[in-house]
Amino acid sequence: MAATYRIAVIGDWESVMGFRALGLDTYPVTSVEEAKETVRELAKTDCAVIYLTETLAKGMEDVLSRYKDELRPAIILIPGRNGSLGIGKANIQRAIERAVGADIL
Amino acid sequence: MANITVSPTRMELTRLKGKLRTAQRGHKLLKDKRDELMKQFLDTVREVRSLRAEVEEELLAVHGSFTVASALMSSEALEQALLYPKQSVELTMSFQNIMSVNVPIYHFQTKTKSDADIYPYGFAGTSGELDTAVEALGKVFQKMLKLAEIEKSAQLMAEEIEKTRRRVNALEYVMIPNTQESIRYITMKLDENDRSTTTRLMKVKDMLLKEAIEERQAANAKAIEAFSTAGETQS
Repeated sequence: MAATYRIAVIGDWESVMGFRALGLDTYPVTSVEEAKETVRELAKTDCAVIYLTETLAKGMEDVLSRYKDELRPAIILIPGRNGSLGIGKANIQRAIERAVGADIL
Repeated sequence: MANITVSPTRMELTRLKGKLRTAQRGHKLLKDKRDELMKQFLDTVREVRSLRAEVEEELLAVHGSFTVASALMSSEALEQALLYPKQSVELTMSFQNIMSVNVPIYHFQTKTKSDADIYPYGFAGTSGELDTAVEALGKVFQKMLKLAEIEKSAQLMAEEIEKTRRRVNALEYVMIPNTQESIRYITMKLDENDRSTTTRLMKVKDMLLKEAIEERQAANAKAIEAFSTAGETQS
């Protein structure tokens, strides 16, 4: 397992600039369309984890569900600069419903 | 509904019985798999929920300190300070197999060894708030990676559980009852055949017996007649 992967962060510039200092690949985007395109491009490359701000994730359900069952990349939602929208939590809830058939927690 | 198009033969019956046995075994195994997966899944999900809450909270705090930093510095200076990262992160991925679901495990390695050495800018032109923000972000990042790992695991497991559940249900409510129905149909048909054969044989036996009796009676009658005519000629 010598293969190394990259970690990408997609979001508006203010939300992602900090991650740049940590050495992650940051992709500042301004529109949902641009974000979708970036995710698609990254999925083809050696990118294992993509952090995506919730503000953008709101408009790109289709792309997210496309990669949900793939092993790579893992798309993880993070709250953007203007606060959490609760989409990340709702996604966990959805996963539970999907597995159990009912909301049990 | 049951498949009535099966041909009611013994060979088919043996085949169906084998199929039923396999189906029942498979059903039991899949059910066990589903239960175990569910257990693991719920553990993971609980972990995800608490970790996500933590990460979101801390990340908001980090965004807050970045806001403070950007208020103290011009946005150009801030951009310039963060433009070229000193630190770089390499991620290696290995897999763990939980009940036939491959879940990823991430290991990451940073290029610079020390945590204090991550600032990609000189301290002269930047504000101290930026240092705090970057440091805090570095701490949150560890948790974020863990979150990525377990959240992805949860998603993959959810998919697998869904699949397994469907299979268990298909076996339990469609496959097994249908096969049992077919087996019952064949058994009944074969029994019916048996009975009709027995009846036919009895009938044939009856007919043969009747014929034999008639033959014997005819022979007796002939004998009596012969006897009486013999008596007449003697007297």
